[in-house]
Amino acid sequence: MLLSETLQNPAVSLVPWVVFLPLIGLVINLVLGQRLGEKFVGAVASLAALAAFGVAVVLAVTLAGEPGVGKFHLLDWIQVGGLNLGWDFRVDTLSVTMMLVVAGVGSLIHIYATAYMHSDVRHNGDPSRYRRFFVYFNLFILAMMILVSADSYLMLFVGWEGVGLCSYLLIGFWFEKGADGTANAKAAKKAFVVNRVGDFGLLLAMFLLFWNFKSLSFDEIFAQAPALAQAAPGVVLAVTLFMLLGVAGKSAQLPLFVWLPDAMAGPTPVSALIHAATMVTAGVYLVARSSPLYLEVPAAQQAVMWVGALTALFAATIAVAQNDIKKVLAYSTISQLGFMVAAVGMTAYVAGMFHLITHAFFKALLFLSAGSVILGLEHGHAHSHNGHNGHEEDHFDPQDMRNMGGLQGRMKTTFWVYLIGALALAGIAPLSGFFSKDEILAAALHTSPAIFALLIAAAFLTAFYMGRQVFLVFFGRPRSTAAEHAVESPALITVPLILLALLSALGGALNLPKIYTLEHWLEHSLQHSLVVEFNLTVAVGSVLLALTAIALAWWLYGKRQMRASDPDPLAAPLGGLFRALQNKWWVDELYQAVIVRPYHALASWLSGPVDSTGIDGIANGLGQLTHWAAGSLRRIQTGYVRTYVLVVLFGVVLMLAFLAFN
Amino acid sequence: MPLGYYLALSAVMFVIGIVGVLVRRNALIVFMSLELMFNAANLLFVTFAAYYGTIIGQISVFFVMTVAAAEVAVGLALMVAIFRTKHSIDVDQMSSLKG
Amino acid sequence: MLPGEILFGFIGLVVVITAVGMVISRNAIYSALFLVSNFTTVALLYLILGAPFIAVVQISVYAGSIMVLFLFVIMLLGAERLAAKEKLQGQRLLAVILGVVFLVELGLFGVWKAGYMTTPVPPAAATAGAPEAVGMALFTQYALPFEVTGFILLVATVGAILLTRGDKPASKDLITAVSEKEG
Repeated sequence: MLLSETLQNPAVSLVPWVVFLPLIGLVINLVLGQRLGEKFVGAVASLAALAAFGVAVVLAVTLAGEPGVGKFHLLDWIQVGGLNLGWDFRVDTLSVTMMLVVAGVGSLIHIYATAYMHSDVRHNGDPSRYRRFFVYFNLFILAMMILVSADSYLMLFVGWEGVGLCSYLLIGFWFEKGADGTANAKAAKKAFVVNRVGDFGLLLAMFLLFWNFKSLSFDEIFAQAPALAQAAPGVVLAVTLFMLLGVAGKSAQLPLFVWLPDAMAGPTPVSALIHAATMVTAGVYLVARSSPLYLEVPAAQQAVMWVGALTALFAATIAVAQNDIKKVLAYSTISQLGFMVAAVGMTAYVAGMFHLITHAFFKALLFLSAGSVILGLEHGHAHSHNGHNGHEEDHFDPQDMRNMGGLQGRMKTTFWVYLIGALALAGIAPLSGFFSKDEILAAALHTSPAIFALLIAAAFLTAFYMGRQVFLVFFGRPRSTAAEHAVESPALITVPLILLALLSALGGALNLPKIYTLEHWLEHSLQHSLVVEFNLTVAVGSVLLALTAIALAWWLYGKRQMRASDPDPLAAPLGGLFRALQNKWWVDELYQAVIVRPYHALASWLSGPVDSTGIDGIANGLGQLTHWAAGSLRRIQTGYVRTYVLVVLFGVVLMLAFLAFN
Repeated sequence: MPLGYYLALSAVMFVIGIVGVLVRRNALIVFMSLELMFNAANLLFVTFAAYYGTIIGQISVFFVMTVAAAEVAVGLALMVAIFRTKHSIDVDQMSSLKG
Repeated sequence: MLPGEILFGFIGLVVVITAVGMVISRNAIYSALFLVSNFTTVALLYLILGAPFIAVVQISVYAGSIMVLFLFVIMLLGAERLAAKEKLQGQRLLAVILGVVFLVELGLFGVWKAGYMTTPVPPAAATAGAPEAVGMALFTQYALPFEVTGFILLVATVGAILLTRGDKPASKDLITAVSEKEG
């Protein structure tokens, strides 16, 4: 950053359009969408995302030609005292990489969603929400673009809060649905509240930054960072640790990960776009962006690294015992985010970003394929109940993997792309996940054996639960009538899946060992990134481990034919441990007991004795005091004109005396 | 003749008028006390007109008198109207605005 | 003591006595008569100060028509005396004390300290306050205010008629009242 020269290319002035284009899309849909119908809404929203992707591509090409940092000053924003912030966009390889991922994966998910939401709004019985969904989707792209193109922490924070808002709105998209009719709304609220805890950390970090650097813009802070780290290392440590709290909230790390599994209440494209590919990686981006700060304080690096590695293993264990197809993917996402956070904690920023990109490809693919599976099952369910009890509400759960099985032959395209995604996630060579994960593992081995052990265990579990999922969903015989009648989804759904599958398969080419394209591309933005040479032992070992895990999964889930009501084959051998896994280590219950209950008690105490007795007492007391005072004072009004005149004369005498003696 | 004599006389008249307004309950006498205060003011006008040798003071007195005449006409009419409803012109009886 | 000052002292004494008499008379008729003599005496002062026109107007308008109006109303209402007793005890004493304080303040700071006790009034020029001069001023320089006072008098007349017409017509507005009269 400091060493790179400023980029003067006129193409830089295109950068605001990555924000404007989604804005235009959402305004058009907001104003005209209801009148012009679903096709129009979907086309406008997808085109807006695609156009933003086009802009990002132009910027990338420009940067490839002449590397550097481009800045574009759109307008003055805040000028108060010493604070002078503009609405400045930053164009460097890091931000453009994020733009490409957000807009690229985002566009594919938009296209997929045009078809998916068509079924979803009908399945949930409110087609008029189709437009709302795409307005929110474009709003999300807009906010995410602000986040990644910001040139100051404050502007980044605007995007940070914006994506949080979109996340809330989209998790609660079917807010009146779910268990008791409140489950979805509660999930949205939970995501919002937990994110607020993280945002609080980020805010404190920003306050500290401004207090010490008198600025919030990246360049000014990073330029002064080494000097301040010399003078007051405690301050930089506090800033980075508070920032870590923000990262833990947004990227669902320990101890704030609990919102992400519940966030699966949102429609599947939301899970793919927001809760797998883009928004949750904002924390990783924040650490990478703030690398000059983290480089000054090894203790903070250690903290980030341990949080990431522990999260990776912790979430992977929970994923093993889940039955909901999206919940497994959600915990997998948390686990993979743990990998990325651990990587940036080890200062292996490029490895972290690399995994961020490949993960965006294959996890979006997995979620979207899962959505396709769910759609297929819903179709099958509707078909099998057509005629006799089509309208009867039963408790069929189209997301429960125990109800699936044998979809391999019925949904061929979905099966193949899912397989590619699963293998990429498991880290099987030569798919993209293999390269990015191995880069992280190699860096971990270089840094700390303990971290390496945690991550390799997480990688083993990853391969195991993905194997379990694939065998449960696609192999064997159908375990429900719905699965028997499942049908393949339409082309609008499968084409984005195939494109994402290609990306997942070939994404590793971005940073092949010995060539390191991404490494050279990002080194303009991320200096001092830890780079560890490709380690053949680690690579071969991790692939063998993953294959072992898949074989184990096949032995447990693929070998024998199961029925929907059968207990999980792991339940017996693991016993109590399996129950702990199935119940997510009772983290939610723990938080409920330790934080939520006391908080509720405090709130009811405040609303009961404090508010209704104390505060209301003061308010009512003031009212009564006024009433009493007015009752006493009104006696002054005798009604006798002569008394009034006497008082007036008294005033005149006083005034004259005052004038005279002055 | 010093100017101050006239001013002092005017002040005395004015204060007697004020005291009249304050101590009498008969609305008609209150009204007459008001007229007395008008006269005190008029005397001041005429005195200073003579002192400065201009005619403006006298013109002002003329206007004051005209307006006073109008005021008396309306005021007495009001008093008659009040007497019709209250059957009294005691100003202390008119205290419906008591708080 | 100069003859002028003796004259002024006499006139001033009469003015004060009649004023006090007006205020303390029990009977409203006496009050009115005291006020008439007071106005007439003040008119003499106007003459001394070289304002014959104002003096004449004072006698004809004030002492003449206005006071006659007062007497009419007193007799019409039969309100020479009030029956009820004084309700505001202490009002009288307070009023007198405040009045004296006010007078002392006026005398000390309005007259004495301002140095007016030593500045003489210049002898009036023979023509300065002559009716011709007043008339010229009224109809040239002050023509507009003069017309306005005429209008005020007209409005006051209409208002007085409307107020004293009695209960029934008083509830109607002016236009209906007038149109009824014309009809």
